[in-house]
Amino acid sequence: MQVTVRYFAALREALGSQEVVPLATGATLGALRDQLIAASPRHADALRRERALRCAVNQVLADESVQLEDGAEVAFFPPVTGG
Amino acid sequence: MVPPRVRIQHEDFDAGREIAALRESDAAVGAVAAFIGTVRDRSIGAGPADTVRMELEHYPGMTERAIESMIDAAQQRFEIRAARVIHRVGALAPQDQIVLVVVTSAHRSDAFSACQFLMDYLKTQAPFWKKEHRPDGSAEWVDARVTDDAALERWGLKSGNAA
Repeated sequence: MQVTVRYFAALREALGSQEVVPLATGATLGALRDQLIAASPRHADALRRERALRCAVNQVLADESVQLEDGAEVAFFPPVTGG
Repeated sequence: MVPPRVRIQHEDFDAGREIAALRESDAAVGAVAAFIGTVRDRSIGAGPADTVRMELEHYPGMTERAIESMIDAAQQRFEIRAARVIHRVGALAPQDQIVLVVVTSAHRSDAFSACQFLMDYLKTQAPFWKKEHRPDGSAEWVDARVTDDAALERWGLKSGNAA
């Protein structure tokens, strides 16, 4: 299956706006993050676990235990700072 | 046509006009509370002026949806008549308006509380990001504040943003 991964703010500057990522059926959001971390040094730095990041699946905040479905829109972004 | 409760826009807004629009169709309103957030010329309130420009980014679609659900939550929690949230994105300058929250209710307490609740919620859960530009040409993404997490947690909601 594959998912679309979107990045915002500092992550967008490091990794671009979005990419389509093939991954194993039934993979969790955490597994996707691991896979991306292994994809390139740029990804490893931007998505490293020491960095506080937030994630959304299909435009709803989600934690890494969420199981992804084919075609899902996943997003990684820094803590939010609006208002 | 019912106007949208949430607007994300580049253009400035007129708080007076928004308040009038929210009041005019509802004679049961006895209180209006509004909050306007503006761009400071300094990243730290008590610090030196260091911000010449600000850029605001959002996640189109998710941002609107997240704030819509915050208004639903405010309506469940407080006796309010209506609420509007307008948030600007794009390039802003010091003193520009960023965000407007307007809440109407029969009595003042619910309007005050719901307005604060919506801002506390928005600050930590709506996908917006600010970047501040310095006088020397450098720029920095604004760091999330743990005090904003604490503000949401007062309402019994977990934030998990800055921490």
